[in-house]
Amino acid sequence: MSAPIQLRPDETFILNVGPQHPATHGVLRVKMQMDGEYIVKSETVLGYIHRMHEKMGENRTYAQYLPNLSRLDYLGALGYTHGHVLAIERAAGIEVPERAEYIRAITVELNRVASHLFWFGAFVMDLGGFSPLMYAIQDREHILDMLEAVTGARLTYCYYRFGGLYNDVDDDFTEAAKRFIPRMRKSLKKYDALVTGNIIFQKRLEGIAPVSAEMCRKYGATGPVARGSGINFDVRKNEPYSVYPEFDFDIPVYHECDSMARYKVRMDEMEQSLRIIEQGLEKLPGGPIMAEKKPKNIKLPVGDFYQAVETARGSFGIRIVSDGDKNAYRLKLRSPTYSNMHLFDEACEGMLIMDALAFMGTLDLVIPEMDR
Amino acid sequence: MSLTLLNVIVAVVIAIAFAAANAAYLVWAERRGAARIQRRPGPNINGPFGLLQPPLDGIKLMTKQLMIPGGADKILFMVAPVLAMAPAIMSFVTIPFSEGIAAHNMEIGVLMIFAFASMGAMAILFAGWGSRNKYSVMASVRAVSQNVSYEIPMLITAITVVMVNGSMDLKAISTAQAGGFWHWNIFPSLQSPLMPISFIIFFICSLAETNRAPFDLGEAESELVAGFHTEYGSMGFGLFFMGEYANIVIGASLTTILFLGGWDCPFGMFPGVWWFLLKIYILIATFIWIRWTFPRTTIYGLLNLSWKILIPISLFNLLLTAGLLKVF
Repeated sequence: MSAPIQLRPDETFILNVGPQHPATHGVLRVKMQMDGEYIVKSETVLGYIHRMHEKMGENRTYAQYLPNLSRLDYLGALGYTHGHVLAIERAAGIEVPERAEYIRAITVELNRVASHLFWFGAFVMDLGGFSPLMYAIQDREHILDMLEAVTGARLTYCYYRFGGLYNDVDDDFTEAAKRFIPRMRKSLKKYDALVTGNIIFQKRLEGIAPVSAEMCRKYGATGPVARGSGINFDVRKNEPYSVYPEFDFDIPVYHECDSMARYKVRMDEMEQSLRIIEQGLEKLPGGPIMAEKKPKNIKLPVGDFYQAVETARGSFGIRIVSDGDKNAYRLKLRSPTYSNMHLFDEACEGMLIMDALAFMGTLDLVIPEMDR
Repeated sequence: MSLTLLNVIVAVVIAIAFAAANAAYLVWAERRGAARIQRRPGPNINGPFGLLQPPLDGIKLMTKQLMIPGGADKILFMVAPVLAMAPAIMSFVTIPFSEGIAAHNMEIGVLMIFAFASMGAMAILFAGWGSRNKYSVMASVRAVSQNVSYEIPMLITAITVVMVNGSMDLKAISTAQAGGFWHWNIFPSLQSPLMPISFIIFFICSLAETNRAPFDLGEAESELVAGFHTEYGSMGFGLFFMGEYANIVIGASLTTILFLGGWDCPFGMFPGVWWFLLKIYILIATFIWIRWTFPRTTIYGLLNLSWKILIPISLFNLLLTAGLLKVF
């Protein structure tokens, strides 16, 4: 078995990172051609967790397809179902009560904070620091408890309905959310002191893995990855939907293009999400949570409908081509990490493997969302 | 003759027992310490405070099958874990725990410990090379370059201390610092005003020598899966694990002897082995605290730190001390 291996000094070797590797956080496989510790070329291999969600969307009625959307991204599921119900409501012309839209915005933002918190913990763990993950999970636990109380699920929510919500929020939820905001702000300060200010952490991120704005446009990267490269694009501001125009919030943009910029964008976004939640709770109107006039079996008119929303990972788009039937003729999901991931192959060329895997952490990959 | 042989056997058995007990219970202490830092309970089911966890872990590891991968170099693969543990135990032989407690005092104690410590790098190299796993080879190459570059400032700092105390005998170095904390080597004296910096350099180097976070590049579990011991299971892994903790105890003991006065009491009362143990366990607690606070450094950051900062400073310190020793 152990025959002598002949290698030339300039020979490269193939390193298979994944499909089971601690850094890929799921079943992603990256084939890396290595020269020592340097990456010569890398090739992302997808498809290990493909579940045909788009095809399922064509076989099922629109309402039956609703739970599928929360199985895309198990960390920020509400944003994806939000996109789906918005697309259907706009196409079918269903008026949504204001209270329902406010609750949607509040819960989506809570979910965004939870997703970013988990990313923060997992990212610092990628860099070898374990403790922040535990702190982040503890803060996230409060959000999951709140969402569980109103939606009935902890990760794969199916809370929104066409024309409204499944369940109204009670005083317990609003009280818990109000208590959560100052606590989370305190935690963010703590994370800054513990992690952002750490000299080793800064050395590992600053100036590492530059992703130019041009490259972002080339691959269609959105979300915090693009905003860390100086592209000021956020669907909530640029193509407003839901009740987002009524909130006062900023889009954090950094122009450094490095790993640190992407890290800072997400940390700042948590603060902005808290601002939205705070305003939403203040303005939360009374009234019904479900549209009064709503067909029982939804059939979309013949046409081509598209709706984009800003999820925790970037711009998520859902395109429905309808032939007037009760299910879609063609359904296409544009998931943000799929585009963000494809930066990786080009950007990591010539990088050291440890920097490349830290860079992969800043892309915030959720593999089931990428593979669908 | 037979009496000396008996002495040696007893000493070695005590050294092994001390190393093994320390390794096992430091794992427990590390897990409990990490749990405290991370606001979770840690191992608390088996026995009071989870104190039965280490022996049960040991039984579990020993009863597992030792798998040797098909492509591995069998001899190197089997030798490596032994080589990780044996030098660590041998180093215990020369360490004086107090005036009377030392297995075998040697005039060249410092040299011997460094000689044994440098064998640890070989264990990692053999493990990585013998496994024939790409991750393991990368990890072992990293670990060896790390160990080589951190042994240099560590040795230079140790030589500074040896020059000040005029002996390589660990017992003599400890005795020279007796009589209250202001006599300890960590405090600046007329001959070596930069001693506190030497202490910091030595401490950083002992972190790097034992491959502990933030310098655990040989393991780097988020990049290299489990580094050089990816292919090891059963007691092969167990020996690497115990070797790491035994090396931590050696590092802490050496730091205590060279800089913190050995078994000397800070206030000049009741010098004895308890002070020595107290000091090494405080140092080990600091090791654990650092590991669970900091992220990992990069390999180039690590090598730059050694070659561009630690080695020039320690060399300057050595020259300064040599000059001052000549003057005063």
